[in-house]
Amino acid sequence: MSNVFIALQTNEESRHIVEALLEDNPTAVVDEQPAMVKINVPGSLVLRRTTVEEKMGRPFDLQEMQVNLITLSGHVDEDEDEFRLSWND
Amino acid sequence: MDMQVKKKLGLKEKYALMTRNLGWEPSYEKREDVYPLLDYEGIKIHDWDKWEDPFRLTMDSYWKYQAEKERKLYAIIDAFNQNNGHLNVTDARYINAMKIFLSAVPSLEYNAHRGFARLGRHMGGVGPQVACQMQAIDEIRHCQTQIHSISNYNRFYNGIHDWKYMNDRLWYLSVPKSFFEDACSCGPFEFIIAIGFSFEYVLTNLVFVPFVSGAAYNGDMGTMTFGFSAQSDEARHMTLGLEVIKFMLEQDPANLPIVQKWIDKWTWRGVRLLTIVAMMMDYMLPKRVMSWKEAWEIYFEQNGMSLFKDLARYGIKVPDCVEQIKKEKDHLSHQAWTTFYAAAPMTNFHTWIPSDDELDWLSSKYPDTFDKYYRPRFEFFREQAEKGERFVNPNLPQLCQVCQIPMLFTEPDDPTQIAYRQVEHAGEKYHFCSDHCQHIFEHEPEKYVEAWLPVHQILQGNCFAKGDDPTAPDFNPIASVMKWWHLENGKDNGDFAGSEDEKNFAQWRGMATSNT
Repeated sequence: MSNVFIALQTNEESRHIVEALLEDNPTAVVDEQPAMVKINVPGSLVLRRTTVEEKMGRPFDLQEMQVNLITLSGHVDEDEDEFRLSWND
Repeated sequence: MDMQVKKKLGLKEKYALMTRNLGWEPSYEKREDVYPLLDYEGIKIHDWDKWEDPFRLTMDSYWKYQAEKERKLYAIIDAFNQNNGHLNVTDARYINAMKIFLSAVPSLEYNAHRGFARLGRHMGGVGPQVACQMQAIDEIRHCQTQIHSISNYNRFYNGIHDWKYMNDRLWYLSVPKSFFEDACSCGPFEFIIAIGFSFEYVLTNLVFVPFVSGAAYNGDMGTMTFGFSAQSDEARHMTLGLEVIKFMLEQDPANLPIVQKWIDKWTWRGVRLLTIVAMMMDYMLPKRVMSWKEAWEIYFEQNGMSLFKDLARYGIKVPDCVEQIKKEKDHLSHQAWTTFYAAAPMTNFHTWIPSDDELDWLSSKYPDTFDKYYRPRFEFFREQAEKGERFVNPNLPQLCQVCQIPMLFTEPDDPTQIAYRQVEHAGEKYHFCSDHCQHIFEHEPEKYVEAWLPVHQILQGNCFAKGDDPTAPDFNPIASVMKWWHLENGKDNGDFAGSEDEKNFAQWRGMATSNT
């Protein structure tokens, strides 16, 4: 199974997004690089708005992630509650 | 009176209203007159409404997030300058990697802007029109922020005082420049496969992710910031590239062979272009995050292959060139750096022989090739330099007609033999670095015979400084070309050791860390 991944700039907002990703994707592997953090997950990944909001303690619009995003891999599917990445292989 | 409270629009609903509903069918003009570029490449699209933009970003949100990115970026650029951020880099050799980046990349961004602006007009559906328009604005933003970033460095360091002028003339800069001009002179569908899919999805990670992370590792906050700010748009561009290929393949099975041919061509064109990035990662970052080979394995072999595995359901095959690329990953960066080292009097940056530690690092990262083929060359260069006979290649190289890179690559199965290919077309001979560049030429010779090859132009006498007389007995052709490039030999190039850059950096850093 191929990995999907998402990479974010390391900062205070991303820290909560990464925490949420790890909680919602038990098979996620964190790869920390200078100034960036990359999350690899086999097959598919989900980021839930409610989990991020819980970590941040404030309302969060999933599209806010655009500001800190570096790169991703996989097909994107997004609505107001979830951001998903997956491969169809 | 009862107030009717309206629920806030959901993302999909908002996207439908603010993107898809902006389009209309022409009533008094024929559709093919409004969109005249959609047929001639042979791609068949039956229903533009089947297009889905997975990010569902509407223009109002786009402006909001882009404005925030710009505010963050310029706040950091101000801080970088206020704190003399250029003096925080690990080692001033590093700045030479930035000279290459800033000489080459802003014009690529500008051409990407032109290409996507054209697609924003000419795509036949409102979904891709809006996505291409957003990307066109992103690309001009990248171009502008990179041009602003040049001034963080060219106030202090030599070689990038006239980047746009050199971008149109300097030999090695014709490689990236011609790559994008090749793409911009394609039809709209080939352009989006070339740039949106092959470049953005398959290769851009290798330019921006490990290299920019490397800039951060080397203390260069300015570059890290504009690099990641640009890259934050790339995720959207990559998604557009992937969407466009799925859309084309789902619309008509007859599109498959055309798309496959473009993927094969542009994967190879892009990989050749990245040769210089390989060299920057392995030789020009004093502190290294990972080797080129490691980055290649993560972002091309693992990630790129996941993509091809996914697209296999449409009949897409891994490009043939991947076999050769696999063999070249152990050689590319070393062949490029030795070429630039030997071409020292003809560039706009400094070169050096790697230190012993760096040679050991290269040996450990390239155990199958470095000690056998490349370390002895650097040791020889060092001996020559110590004897006062610094190795320089005084000849102008043969350039590949397609990628425009000097013939520096070796045969895929024999690293001791330079690869040459040659074909005749309309009574003229043309030269290539590889089978793949040759095949690209053979498929479209009328296009590639038009290439502006710097070496050919020099030999034809088109690149001498105004007023110089090539028939004069003391005429020095290289000196005249350097003058035409606006470069000063020894100041803007040559060895880093003993350069003005080295001296200035040491002095300024000394002033920043002591009171004397």
